[in-house]
Amino acid sequence: MKRAINSFFCVAIFCFLNAAPVWANEAIPTETDPVAQKRAMELAAKLRCLVCQNQSIAESDAELAVDLRQQVREQIAEGKSDKEIIKFMTDRYGDFVLYQPPVKGTTIFLWAGPLILLLLGLVGMFFLLRKHAGKAGEATVPLTDAERARAAALLRERSDSEV
Amino acid sequence: MIPEIGQFALILALVLVLVQGTLPLAGAARGIPAWMSLARRTAQSSFLFLALAFGCLLYSFIINDFSVLNVATNSNTHLPLHYRIAASWGSHEGSIMMWVLMLGMWSCAVSIFSRHLPEEVVARVLGVMGLVTTGLLLFMLLTSNPFERLFPVPLEGRDLNPLLQDPGMALHPPTLYMGYVGFSVAFAFAVAALLGGRLDATWARWSRPWTTLAWCFLTVGIMIGSWWAYYELGWGGWWFWDPVENASLLPWLIGTALIHSLAVTEKRGTFKIWTVLLAICAFSLSLLGTFLVRSGVLTSVHAFATDPRRGMFILVFLALVIGGSLVLFAFRAPRVGTAGTFKIVSRESSLLGNNILLTVACGTVLLGTLYPLFLDALNLGKISVGPPYFEAVFVPIMAVLVALMGIGPMARWKESSPRELRHKLRWPLLITIVCALALPLVLGRTEWKSVALLALGFGMAFWIITTLVAVVLERLHHLQGGFTDKLRRQPRSFWGMILAHLGVAVFIIGVTVVKGFEAERDVRMAPGDTVSVGGYTFKFVGIAETQEGPNYSASRGTFDLIKDDKLVRNLYPEKRIYFSHGMPMTEAAIDSGFLGDRYVSLGEEINDGKGSWSVRVYHKPFVTWIWLGCMLMTLGGIFALLDRRYRINMRKEAKLPLTGENDLSGSAR
Repeated sequence: MKRAINSFFCVAIFCFLNAAPVWANEAIPTETDPVAQKRAMELAAKLRCLVCQNQSIAESDAELAVDLRQQVREQIAEGKSDKEIIKFMTDRYGDFVLYQPPVKGTTIFLWAGPLILLLLGLVGMFFLLRKHAGKAGEATVPLTDAERARAAALLRERSDSEV
Repeated sequence: MIPEIGQFALILALVLVLVQGTLPLAGAARGIPAWMSLARRTAQSSFLFLALAFGCLLYSFIINDFSVLNVATNSNTHLPLHYRIAASWGSHEGSIMMWVLMLGMWSCAVSIFSRHLPEEVVARVLGVMGLVTTGLLLFMLLTSNPFERLFPVPLEGRDLNPLLQDPGMALHPPTLYMGYVGFSVAFAFAVAALLGGRLDATWARWSRPWTTLAWCFLTVGIMIGSWWAYYELGWGGWWFWDPVENASLLPWLIGTALIHSLAVTEKRGTFKIWTVLLAICAFSLSLLGTFLVRSGVLTSVHAFATDPRRGMFILVFLALVIGGSLVLFAFRAPRVGTAGTFKIVSRESSLLGNNILLTVACGTVLLGTLYPLFLDALNLGKISVGPPYFEAVFVPIMAVLVALMGIGPMARWKESSPRELRHKLRWPLLITIVCALALPLVLGRTEWKSVALLALGFGMAFWIITTLVAVVLERLHHLQGGFTDKLRRQPRSFWGMILAHLGVAVFIIGVTVVKGFEAERDVRMAPGDTVSVGGYTFKFVGIAETQEGPNYSASRGTFDLIKDDKLVRNLYPEKRIYFSHGMPMTEAAIDSGFLGDRYVSLGEEINDGKGSWSVRVYHKPFVTWIWLGCMLMTLGGIFALLDRRYRINMRKEAKLPLTGENDLSGSAR
């Protein structure tokens, strides 16, 4: 989690270094500062529009989403960090607003689950491989007499047709 | 009158599938040929009645019979004919009708294309399908009757959800359901094999083409859904990890595992138990997906709790199908020996890895989809699990899977020498590493995170492509004759594998490039303004109020798409207001190309007196490759289906009265 946030900051810093404003004689961006805009969009994509059916506030054109986008922009302009903005949102709307649920008591299985599943899978695979590799002969169910007779008949039939 | 005929047809179909689900199974168990022979006839005649019922529903929609509740709530006199037809499967009741119709269609197809199968196998397979159909028909008749009447009859109906008034959304449900329901055939074959107690390689051969066909439909269905979301929702996304989407991804993942596992079972006789389990899981997940989407549990756990009739029915049905088949599995599976030996480095073990990873991926998506529902149901708080979570857990699993994808086709059955494998894979590996590292830099990326993500994506794609080339060259190396002749002599199933895997590579390239290089501008534009993105300039010409559609009015924007000071084409995004809902809908305008899309969608009008609008423009490089990849995968499946051996087997087995080598039991007659 921490690493994700750190790397997020790195990206934000690099964006800051790389970006250059290029809108001469152009349409007015709804947001004037491209760095802040990029940060706002990335944050908005992680926040749920609470009145929509599973849309982030970046995607939605609902009133609340527009408001929250504005809120994010204003807070960025005030110099708040992403962490602070996310805290502001969760204080107000609860964890439901976050598309990446926080790691805590109730979500521990959500985050540990994939790892547990993978470990179970690997253990299962290990035993299967050992079982298959360790056996010398093939354990087949022996044929009944009726089956044996049919098999013989079929083999005869085949050799007849081949002649 | 017509709706009543439909209703009666459904009831008659129910009676027929009840027979189909009981007598043939009993006949197979007790060796009564007359009872077994009922399976084919009941399957075909019940399909006729289901088709009749669906025809009646279609008719009610076409003539705007608003005395039918389903029509009154989902259609409207202004709705054009083709959407009135599509509306018949747009509602809950309609889509269940479609589900059951498809189930009948698959049963009917099995009854026709199973001439070469032993009678008792056909009886068992169709019997199991009959039981499943019975459950769903009961669900439809008891909780979701599509022919329910409404009195007093309204003069005008409500409308079909405007989001669904679109060709993509009209096609998406039928193809998706064909896939969902198609897994019932694999399921029925697996259960039939368990019932018959003969779990050998032959059932794998019989159910393999059916499974592949169902998988093809599911792939196309998901692809259409994703494409629709991309152009219709107006913000250029193509996959949202929405629970509804996940519900279709789950059976796809297990279905993909099943296809691979069936190959091992057919060719080597191993993995039998595992394959049966996958077949049961694939269909169970299809049912679970239907439950999730149809019970309303996704919108709100509490909505489900206040009207639990539908949800409870599917839940009980789900428990019966899954529980019943697993109990049967638990009784029968231990009797099956684990035949076949293979070493740790072999094609078997890499396919086992494929199966396990796909299952883990499926489990992960299932966990992320259901977790918020469980927390909410237990009153432990509301959380959202969205794209950041799924990307973080899904992508690493897929990366390992892709690594195996390169090794698997190269490895030999039974035992592969690690040294030989290393020798064969060194060139692909070298090319992959060099290209994956160089390409992001060549394309002008320098930030480490961006480079790392691009390198991962390109690496996965190149690894698949280079190993595929190596596999083809290796296959041809040992043959005599001219190059094209050698190519032609490869079986179609081999080309199917190559195409499908290539599809995965193309898909990954699409995802990687669009994630890494997409550009987006959210701007306010007055007529005459321009905005540039991805080397293209969009010039806003103006907006016209038109009443274009039969049931909506639209504000239609005109944009000039300009590259290098030359007009490429005009784009006309729309903002539509549907009369019936008053809900504004965005129709994006897309200039689509092989190397990328230019995408513009209208936001809101801004009241500044200059006629300004908020506009979103996107440059989406290589986005079409995502769907192209899916199409290649489907094409791969079709090639596998067209393989000669299926036709030869069918002909050969039809000639032998007791179906040749497949049926060694001899107890049928």
